[in-house]
Amino acid sequence: MPWTREELAARAAAELRDGYFVNLGIGIPTLVANYIAPGVDVTLQSENGMLGLGPFPTESQVDADIINAGKQTITELDRTSYVSSAESFAMIRGGHIDLSVLGAMEVAENGDLANWMVPGRMIKGPGGAMDLVSGVRRIIVLMDHRAKDGTPKFRRRCSLPLTGANVVDLLITDMAMFERPDRQSPFMLREVAPGVSLEELRAATEADFLIQGAFA
Amino acid sequence: MVEKVYADAASALDGLLFDGMTLAAGGFGLCGIPETLIDEIARSAVRDLTIISNNAGVDDYGLGLLLRSKQVSKMISSYVGENKEFERQYLSGELELEFNPQGTLAERIRAGGAGIPAFFTQTGARTLVSEGKEERLFDGKPYILETSLRADVALVKAWKGDTHGNLVFRKSARNFNPVVAACGKVTVAEVEEIVPVGTLDPDQVHTSGIYVQRLILAAKNEKRIEKRTTREGAA
Repeated sequence: MPWTREELAARAAAELRDGYFVNLGIGIPTLVANYIAPGVDVTLQSENGMLGLGPFPTESQVDADIINAGKQTITELDRTSYVSSAESFAMIRGGHIDLSVLGAMEVAENGDLANWMVPGRMIKGPGGAMDLVSGVRRIIVLMDHRAKDGTPKFRRRCSLPLTGANVVDLLITDMAMFERPDRQSPFMLREVAPGVSLEELRAATEADFLIQGAFA
Repeated sequence: MVEKVYADAASALDGLLFDGMTLAAGGFGLCGIPETLIDEIARSAVRDLTIISNNAGVDDYGLGLLLRSKQVSKMISSYVGENKEFERQYLSGELELEFNPQGTLAERIRAGGAGIPAFFTQTGARTLVSEGKEERLFDGKPYILETSLRADVALVKAWKGDTHGNLVFRKSARNFNPVVAACGKVTVAEVEEIVPVGTLDPDQVHTSGIYVQRLILAAKNEKRIEKRTTREGAA
């Protein structure tokens, strides 16, 4: 059984540490906030200039001036502060954010990430993704292991234009989890979803990755 | 004392607009956009605009209105996903689009207002964004040279403004507004409330009046919500 979206989010949430400042991308990464362990105090940052994101508002709490980078209405916390977009990206580019969780179209074995454009299709723009991958200390990517047509998305090299070169530290797909200790090292298989065999995983993966320990 | 407060958007923009000009507008998505001033530009005859703005509004609100009226020839933005008319004009070649990573856009605007002609950033190095730009290594890592942006006229939205042009923004409606305010050769601010000088706490002013030449009381504060997301429960 491959992991569900919720299980992917929960796995990423387990990487969060007490005291972290974290930026969550749009889509499945947003769900990570629902799985932060009790006792782990994390401050969420949103690149539109909000630090300390609270939960979605109740109907009566909705305030058009309080949104996250996905343009969703949210709420404040006691710790919340607001800054301009320039200051927000100074936090991001300046290495002050500990961790970011993003979605992807493709990830390559050298850590390259593509998640912003498909040539020939309408391009919505990079938004803040390029800034996040260039400045945040640790990057986790959540994505389906294969595209809808079955093509592997964890590849030797990205075929799509890059969001960042050599930026991914941890890749979690619906089939497996791959990690590398630093950005000079290759990815190592860390966990396989229950019921997924190593043969199935290899067949669904174009990238090379190391297999050690229990998987060998 | 120079009078900065104008009666309405039409008088505040009088004499500032010309064909082929560059406008900068504050806002993120539909949050904190200068909606009164945008409506007035849509009513004006000005065309062939280059617009610096993170987003491009939606079809019937915000900068989408200027696209619908075909007053825009180029957008300098980071994300334009929510606008069908934009997509149509872009794909047909009517509209030029210059994409920037969002932080690079914010910093280019900030640098413009701060008198810095260009800067090196690691964002976008060795991607499509870096094509044609100078690359330099610092501590062994690649950085690319990005140039600053200035606008003929900058349009911002604030919560409160005093008659000297000091502005206070509210919550995440601040976003691009402070840097946009500083990048304009002339900056026009619309505010939800005009207060007398001396009533804003000087320590709490976000944008100093030096950056604001003209000020109006916003006639429109629709503040449309793009994605209304709520949870169950009592407030």
